[in-house]
Amino acid sequence: NGSVFYPKRDDFEDILEERRNSSDLRYALRCYIPVLYKELTPCKASELKSMVLQSDQLRYVINQVCKETGMAADEVQAEAAAILEEMAHRLQLSTIRFFAFTLSKVFKTLFRSICVNEEGIQRLQQAIHEHPVVLLPSHRSYMDFLLMSYILYTYDLALPVIAAGMDFMAMKFVGEMLRMSGAFFIRRSFGGDKLYWAVFSEYVKTMLKNGFAPVEFFLEGTRSRTCKSLTPKLGLLNIVMDPFLKGEVFDVSLVPVSISYERILEEALYARELLGVPKPKESTSGLFKARKVLSEDYGSIHVYFGQPVSVRSLAQNRVDRCQFNLIPRHIPRKPGEDIHSFVNDSAYRLVRAQEENMVLKPWVLLASLLLQNHHQMQVAEQKQEMALDELTEQAVWLRDLSRQYGAFLHWPGTVQAQSSFKTLLKINHGEPCSTVTPEEELLNQAVIILSCASYRNQALHIFLRPALLASAIHTASSSNKQEVYNSFSFLRNMFSNEFILCPGATVQDFEEACYLLVKTGALQINQQEFVVTERGHRTLGFLTRMLDPFLQGYQVVCRFLCEDATEGLTEKQFVPAVRKFIIRHILTGFCRLRYTEVLSSDLQKNSLAALLRLGAVQKLKGYVGVCHPCTSVCFDWLRQKQAS
Amino acid sequence: MASNSSGGGSSDRQRIARQRLSRIAGHLQRPADGSSAIVAAECKAHGSQADVPGEEKTVPRRRQEIMKWNGWGYSDSRFFFNKKGQAEFTGRRYRLSGLIIPGLKDWFESTFGASLQHKTPATPILNSSAVQPPTLNEAFVEELKSTGIPLSHDAEDRVFRAHGHCLHEIFALREGKFGRVPDMVVWPNCHNDVVKIVELACKHNVCLIPYGGGTSVSSALECPPEETRSIVSLDTSQMNRILWIDEKNLTAHVEAGIVGQDLERLLNESGYCTGHEPDSMEFSSLGGWVATRASGMKKNVYGNIEDLVVHVKMVTPQGVIEKSCQGPRMSTGPDVHHFIMGSEGTLGVVTEVTMKIRPMPEYQKYGSVVFPNFEQGVACLREVARQRCAPASIRLMDNEQFKFGHALKPQVSSIFTSFLDGLKKFYITKFKGFDPNRLCVATLLFEGDREKVLQHEKQVYDIAAKFGGLAAGEDNGQRGYMLTFVIAYLRDLGMDYYVIGESFETSVPWDRVLDICRNVKARIIRECKDKGVQFSPLSTCRVTQTYDAGACVYFYFAFNYRGLSDPVHVYEQVEHAAREEILANGGSLSHHHGVGKLRKEWMRDTISKVGMGMLKSVKDYVDPNNIFGNRNLL
Repeated sequence: NGSVFYPKRDDFEDILEERRNSSDLRYALRCYIPVLYKELTPCKASELKSMVLQSDQLRYVINQVCKETGMAADEVQAEAAAILEEMAHRLQLSTIRFFAFTLSKVFKTLFRSICVNEEGIQRLQQAIHEHPVVLLPSHRSYMDFLLMSYILYTYDLALPVIAAGMDFMAMKFVGEMLRMSGAFFIRRSFGGDKLYWAVFSEYVKTMLKNGFAPVEFFLEGTRSRTCKSLTPKLGLLNIVMDPFLKGEVFDVSLVPVSISYERILEEALYARELLGVPKPKESTSGLFKARKVLSEDYGSIHVYFGQPVSVRSLAQNRVDRCQFNLIPRHIPRKPGEDIHSFVNDSAYRLVRAQEENMVLKPWVLLASLLLQNHHQMQVAEQKQEMALDELTEQAVWLRDLSRQYGAFLHWPGTVQAQSSFKTLLKINHGEPCSTVTPEEELLNQAVIILSCASYRNQALHIFLRPALLASAIHTASSSNKQEVYNSFSFLRNMFSNEFILCPGATVQDFEEACYLLVKTGALQINQQEFVVTERGHRTLGFLTRMLDPFLQGYQVVCRFLCEDATEGLTEKQFVPAVRKFIIRHILTGFCRLRYTEVLSSDLQKNSLAALLRLGAVQKLKGYVGVCHPCTSVCFDWLRQKQAS
Repeated sequence: MASNSSGGGSSDRQRIARQRLSRIAGHLQRPADGSSAIVAAECKAHGSQADVPGEEKTVPRRRQEIMKWNGWGYSDSRFFFNKKGQAEFTGRRYRLSGLIIPGLKDWFESTFGASLQHKTPATPILNSSAVQPPTLNEAFVEELKSTGIPLSHDAEDRVFRAHGHCLHEIFALREGKFGRVPDMVVWPNCHNDVVKIVELACKHNVCLIPYGGGTSVSSALECPPEETRSIVSLDTSQMNRILWIDEKNLTAHVEAGIVGQDLERLLNESGYCTGHEPDSMEFSSLGGWVATRASGMKKNVYGNIEDLVVHVKMVTPQGVIEKSCQGPRMSTGPDVHHFIMGSEGTLGVVTEVTMKIRPMPEYQKYGSVVFPNFEQGVACLREVARQRCAPASIRLMDNEQFKFGHALKPQVSSIFTSFLDGLKKFYITKFKGFDPNRLCVATLLFEGDREKVLQHEKQVYDIAAKFGGLAAGEDNGQRGYMLTFVIAYLRDLGMDYYVIGESFETSVPWDRVLDICRNVKARIIRECKDKGVQFSPLSTCRVTQTYDAGACVYFYFAFNYRGLSDPVHVYEQVEHAAREEILANGGSLSHHHGVGKLRKEWMRDTISKVGMGMLKSVKDYVDPNNIFGNRNLL
């Protein structure tokens, strides 16, 4: 089978296999001698704190705060020390050993295997030795960072310090356990708090510069509830790049890590959360209640340690480091426009690197097919099941297509394909539930659909660019290349809050999409005209349908804003209001609203953000309002498409 | 040691002193030379310019008589590996001359992966027929001849003045390759000769390139290949007299062609010195120092060239520029001296300079301190600078240079010395726990009256002790400074065995010193790897000067180029990358080597567009026809 774009990837090794065959206790107590940074001057966690508190950076900011607030210097100093105390980790090996033991037990019960690419581990080891390292795992589950530390312990690598949200700390005992396993806690928001920012950034930088430990954080900022990668947050990335830009270290290695779960522990929770059931507060008792998950099968996990990315090479010919020559480096400065766009581009690149090495299980493709099938049946008002044979045929077709697009598939041998589907369906079964009102029924159904969509979403990055092109061809007024490009560019722009689309890369994305569709024989370009080939219709149909739910979601939000939004709608009220609006419309069968997926608050928030960005909606004094009711290009376009 | 004569005289030094005295005797025979009396400056009659036979000059018109045509320094002084594979240094001029250096071979082979089996000998003889025939401006030559100023278009003379000592320049010479060379050489004997030459050059539109000691490492002496006019090299070496010494004001008026060692020697005879000792002082000239803003090793006591110069005379196409008085400081608009200093031969020829002089120091003492690591060493230097108690010279070598210095220890004659060395080593590494792969050493030179020197010494050692420094003896210090003079000879040895390298420098604020050292060294190593260099390079640095607000850092970089098809190109790429790294880390484009043509591309970023415009407009006014067409700097 002619694959067009097939990056070479490493092989995996299952680390649970050994756990199943040898003593966990011995494993937890074994001799652990990690490879460390070559220029490391060993220091204790407490010394680290005093280095931070005595740094020029912090002393400068403390001085500033004193001047601004009139507080005494030692008072501010004490406050800084308190912030640091609240934040700092207390990494100790004994806790790690405890986790190594308990997690071995838990993982063996929950998962069939935990597969790790050993070559990636070797690369990481090399990187840790050479330069300060930042680990950037994808974030889909609470499990992620425990899993990371577990793997690094298993392979005798330096244990990371991990930036974690403050909400964990609220959990008694567990918070402290996490702290002792290397987590440090940061407040979710500390907007204008200069002192907090200074302590925090200095703490991270000090650890990084001294090579104390690899620094780990989540680029996406929070767990993705939809299994789609989230738009990266730049704060921490800014901080870890700073020592390089200011010449304090020769280089920093950024290591994207892709963690692919066959089934996520929080799966059902996420779907409910997206539908408006708020996220339960993290509490220790909650954790114990959640132990029933132990009785379930969560398949396997694939962890892929990507190629380390050198900040130095990212910055080459991009950033003029001389800009830091004229002001003492310890004086905090807001990053300039060029630095900001550099960090932003790098962040997107890294998230894409995570996406690229996500392992896709067959179920991901099946979910994509089943969802599309489900909607088509719904439109036809048929309640027909899909024959297993037919599904198998489609799945094989999609498997080949996604391989051609460069997907990292983990596909069991073809012979047992059918039986493995069966097992998969078993793992991913929905819970039958009794319903009362039509609204509840709808929501129950939506839970299943959203769970399903979270699988499909894992494959979105594979199809995204061709799908945008397919939709563009579908919606453009002619098949002229320029027309299609305009349409593509519009769609891409609109969806740039929804998907990982690198800013300013429209042309590259368009080229990439054209390349893939042409190479796979779905499309021909004759003298600036796009022609869909015979066999291309199936591909383009599939691709277009992939984006349809999102398109409809944006349309319905527009509709809501034009028709139903009352004045004085705050951003906080927006989601409940739009949800009510959608439920009403679906239940009344109005306006062919066929995708239950549009109930996802994630989709709604993203569309609002996009409309705000595009200037179709404005925020006035905290209220959300349509700007010049319904006249924006975006609105027009979305409405027009709805009509067609 | 070329010129330091001070306390603790060994037999070596006495021999060198004798040599010098005999040479000085020759000078004393000349009238109106080097006496402490105040003498009217007067140009000698041209008739006498035909070299007085028997008069020994340090720098003769025919440099080839005493100097190498394709390497550094004197023809009689060079390193070589003898039949036993031991390194030796030939000649009788230096402390190391005639000695065997047993450790060099191992260091050389292990550092570079080089082997004595793989040789790359240089072309032995300068092949005059390979030199392009001169393009002469006949009218200019005719008129110049009538003035009686000596001139030559001999190929050897021209080749000697076509280059400085950049790696690519020497590498090409060793291969017997010559690019564009000057078409003619002239040797003015005094200021008035220079005035005549410049006038004629303007009249006939001839390109003039001033030439002093030829020690440039910035491609400043390279003839621009695009130059179509006749290029005349104006060699100032014969303008080498001290015209007067003013003991009341402690100044000396000196012709700009004098080389450093002659200037110091002649002043020493009168009991004075300038104290300006750049590493190249054996060969570099006063005019060259002014034109490049040179810096001397002992600047902490005596100042850099800009601190030493009281008055300058420069001949430009628009006429002679000089100030009307010798006031020690003036508020008369921007200091015109600063257009001259650092002009790199683009505006005119510096002919005469009035310089500050000092009575010779009563006492000199070397010293050295070993630090457990480079970080501590830098912290110590910073503290010394903060307390403004730097000795005449203080230099900090990193671990690699420490090892290198070690490898250059000459064979010790007595078992006692070697036993003592072993004991020292044991004390530092085993007893004090210094890691031999991390420790580094600072070398010190104190000058002044005896009592103050001893007091000063104690102050500095006390500071050093706070940073974990251990006093490591005078001998180590002295050897460190001796290395300064022979290191350039070592490059020629390396080039005999596939090893090429060079040094470059920068100045940087204190808070950046450690970062720049680490990053530039690492960048060099990475670039070498990326560019396909098969062997790991030598990438090392030292802090050579301290200032209130920063330091001067020197980098040495060399690698074994076996397996590379275009080693010079690779070398240049790496050096370029290293310079970019320096600039990105807050370092300056140059501390004292100058810009020349090698670093021109960064000038705009360095001094801003407006700054460039200012310099250009000065050039346009002073030299509208680009007579001084070496195309340096701008």
